[in-house]
Amino acid sequence: MTMIGLEIHCQLNKLQSKLFCSCKANYRGYAPNTNVCPTCLGLPGSLPRLNQKAVEKATMIGLALNCTTPEKLAFFRKNYFYPDLPKNFQITQLNIYGQTSIGGEGSIMVGDKKIRIRRVQLEEDPGRLIYEGTSEKTQVTLVDYNRAGTPLVEIVTEPDFENPKEVRDFLNILFNLLENLEVADPSLEGSMRADANVSIQGGPKVEIKNIGSFHDLEKAIHFEITRQESLATRNIAIIQETRHWDDRRKITISARSKEEELDYRYFLEGDIPWIRIKKEIVENLKKDMPESISAKKERYVSKYDIAPQVADVLSSDKFYSDLFEKAHNETNAKEIANIITTDLMGLVDTREKKEASKLTAQHLSELAKMIIENKISRISAKKALQEIVQTGESLDKIVSSLDLGNVSDMSELDSVIVKVVEEEPQAAQQAKTNPATINYLVGKVMQKTKGKADPKLTLEILKKRLS
Amino acid sequence: MNLNISATQFIEHVKNGDTTVEEFVSSTLDRINTVEEKIHAFLSVNEQAIEQARKIDKKIKGRERVGRLYGLPISIKDNICIHGSRTTCASKMLENYVSPYDATVITRLRDQDAVFVGKTNLDEFAMGLTTEFSAFGPTKNPWDTNYVPGGSSGGSAASVAALECVASLGSDTGGSVRNPASFCSVVGLKPTYGLISRYGLISYANSIEQIGPMARNVEDTALILDVIAGKDPYDDTTIDNKNQSYASELDAGVSGKKIGVIKEMIGSGTQKEVIHATEKAISNFESLGAKPEEVSIDMVDYSVAAYYTITATEAGSNLARYDNLRYGYDLPLEGFEFNSYISKARKNFGPEVTRRMIIGGFVPSAGFAGRYFLKALKVKSKLTEEINKIFKDYDLLISPTVPILPFKIGEKIDDPIALFLTDFNTVTANLTGKPAISVPFEISNGLPIGIQILGDALHDKQVLQAALALEKTTSLPEAPPL
Repeated sequence: MTMIGLEIHCQLNKLQSKLFCSCKANYRGYAPNTNVCPTCLGLPGSLPRLNQKAVEKATMIGLALNCTTPEKLAFFRKNYFYPDLPKNFQITQLNIYGQTSIGGEGSIMVGDKKIRIRRVQLEEDPGRLIYEGTSEKTQVTLVDYNRAGTPLVEIVTEPDFENPKEVRDFLNILFNLLENLEVADPSLEGSMRADANVSIQGGPKVEIKNIGSFHDLEKAIHFEITRQESLATRNIAIIQETRHWDDRRKITISARSKEEELDYRYFLEGDIPWIRIKKEIVENLKKDMPESISAKKERYVSKYDIAPQVADVLSSDKFYSDLFEKAHNETNAKEIANIITTDLMGLVDTREKKEASKLTAQHLSELAKMIIENKISRISAKKALQEIVQTGESLDKIVSSLDLGNVSDMSELDSVIVKVVEEEPQAAQQAKTNPATINYLVGKVMQKTKGKADPKLTLEILKKRLS
Repeated sequence: MNLNISATQFIEHVKNGDTTVEEFVSSTLDRINTVEEKIHAFLSVNEQAIEQARKIDKKIKGRERVGRLYGLPISIKDNICIHGSRTTCASKMLENYVSPYDATVITRLRDQDAVFVGKTNLDEFAMGLTTEFSAFGPTKNPWDTNYVPGGSSGGSAASVAALECVASLGSDTGGSVRNPASFCSVVGLKPTYGLISRYGLISYANSIEQIGPMARNVEDTALILDVIAGKDPYDDTTIDNKNQSYASELDAGVSGKKIGVIKEMIGSGTQKEVIHATEKAISNFESLGAKPEEVSIDMVDYSVAAYYTITATEAGSNLARYDNLRYGYDLPLEGFEFNSYISKARKNFGPEVTRRMIIGGFVPSAGFAGRYFLKALKVKSKLTEEINKIFKDYDLLISPTVPILPFKIGEKIDDPIALFLTDFNTVTANLTGKPAISVPFEISNGLPIGIQILGDALHDKQVLQAALALEKTTSLPEAPPL
């Protein structure tokens, strides 16, 4: 059996400040080495001061993954030399004196399968290296410490995945969960990264590191399974090792053996005192936590009678569910859900489009009202939606300027129907006996009114005319 | 001008207009100029000291608010950061390092109008007991320049003893304030762990070290502590002392106090002059109404081994950043390979730092941590348990600060084990986080002996009160015959 485990790193980039100082947690967009201070540069004499908000948010992630919360929290030093590490040690967590990491054993459902979480830990991100030869300008390797000290949460799973698809489904759920908790924007470049370990047929565990994107993660796992399987069929021993993902050649290659011999000499970080996490604090955090995706879905189904598949899609994505929450009321909920899942999701399907969208909750509720009151057809509503997303104009203005309102003037509609009956004598005759043909005539009316006729009303008048 | 005055006297003189800050600071700088070639207490002298003194004089004249130190000349150990000043840790690795920020203690002293006269010499990165391991040459004992001043805050102690300042800040990881205080016949306090912010103190063994004030008498020591102690948002390990005043009610005496005399610290390795002085101190306490009794702390015998294991581990980590990438010295990069870079870059560490970093790479490593590092932590917690139990019955504990008299420069430099044992009486306070002070007690054949008084955590004031009581029973020569 194939066993796959993951180590996911996610930056808590929605926080105001870094893990141990007051520099910005979202370092993007600053000139190199300007989002820094003595502490995140690790200057001699500087000390870390723990960001309490980061502790709260990371605890929330643990709770959302059904993890246990430790009574006492401790930080450890992981000692190794690397130029992106200002102090040549990373402040992280470890469970060697009992559970002291921010989240203990937990689990999350992926479809019908339970994926166990081994632990969640809070740590600091290192700086960034820009390697020699990356561009013509970089003759030497450069270091940018703007990222150093960004709060990072590491989520370690048990090897409960059997194939790359399960990994993908899990990551999608995790991505949405983190976004829903408002702790991170995982879509920012480099803010969510994952390493994988893969073993087949109970064989040794191979770790894959250096994977740039989730897309590549799937490929890397797939490659690794194939590699191990082909070794196994030829009776060649699989070695327990760390392999790096080669982004260009799309293969995994064995890391230098030195790396595996690294001894991190973990010991307690004395500059951060042990922190007692009181039960009340955890209870308060639970109250403050945004409603979980599954609770949201449950509510949509039971309270508004929204179809489970629709509720699933709607609750998973924070952008859409936030819109829904603001726009809906008792009467229009189903319609709003409908508009979002059938029309809007096709129009704004990327992060960029979501950010550019000018649609407000008010637009949505007004549009739903028009549909419910038969003042606009679904086809026209879609057109209006498209226009709103682009321009942000009021619905009234768009409906009148594009002439999208339903033909509600009875005499006007009646005259169109008379005309259709005249033009289609044969169909009109058949329709008297065959109800299927009536629909053909309704279609003709819709054509003539460019979809603005109310189909119900049209049918009613037609029936009267033909009888 | 008489430079041999206390901080309290200095402040009185300035307030009364008997002297200006500029006059006193300028005489102090003259004194530094004259005696430095004999003792080498300073690594750098503050060029702006006179200017700072003038500014304070101007404030006094203009009746503006003046800080409570009124321009008091203070020296600072060169492992404490002063904005814009070179902070070398007496190491080639930081020879040209200029700190871009002030340590919290510096900010607090500045706010109270202290004048920093210069940065003092130390054993490289505060690792040593003699100041001989400074990369820039040893400091000499002002009482006899053939002798070591103790360490690692040897420059601070010598500068106070030699009248090159009124007070100084040192740092104490295993006795580095108290040991040179004892050897140079000045007062040195290692406060309760967390009482003084370490922000801006360059870490050696961060879980046990503290900045400590040094001065020529107990009252001045208390005054400096009063200015710098207390919670600091920049150091999560600082504790709330509820704004306790250390400078007031110091002469409460020791009448009725139960004082434990630590048996293990007056053992076979203690020189007879030191034993004699300690016995005299005990009888002085008795005549002041205190009740001295012998106590035993079993774990003390293991404390030095535990101390070196823990400090080496933390040093190995704290000093890992000196890889010559962000600060350092010129190093031709030709032909460098990633894995050998770090060892080549570290060649500029001196012998004692190198020794401790090698130990620090070994004792916490996989497969050995259980035998060394974790065992050392066990000793630390047992020792703390034991001493906490003793403090249920006793108010204070005493011992000689150092078991031996000051020795000659070069005498023990090649015998690290003998040097390590010099720490025997001082490391307990660090391992347990308790406050301890060294009080000058006797000059034996021209060589100083200090007595150590230990108190329970946050009982720093009681320690100072006992120290003052003991100080009053002594009659020491005013200054070394330089």
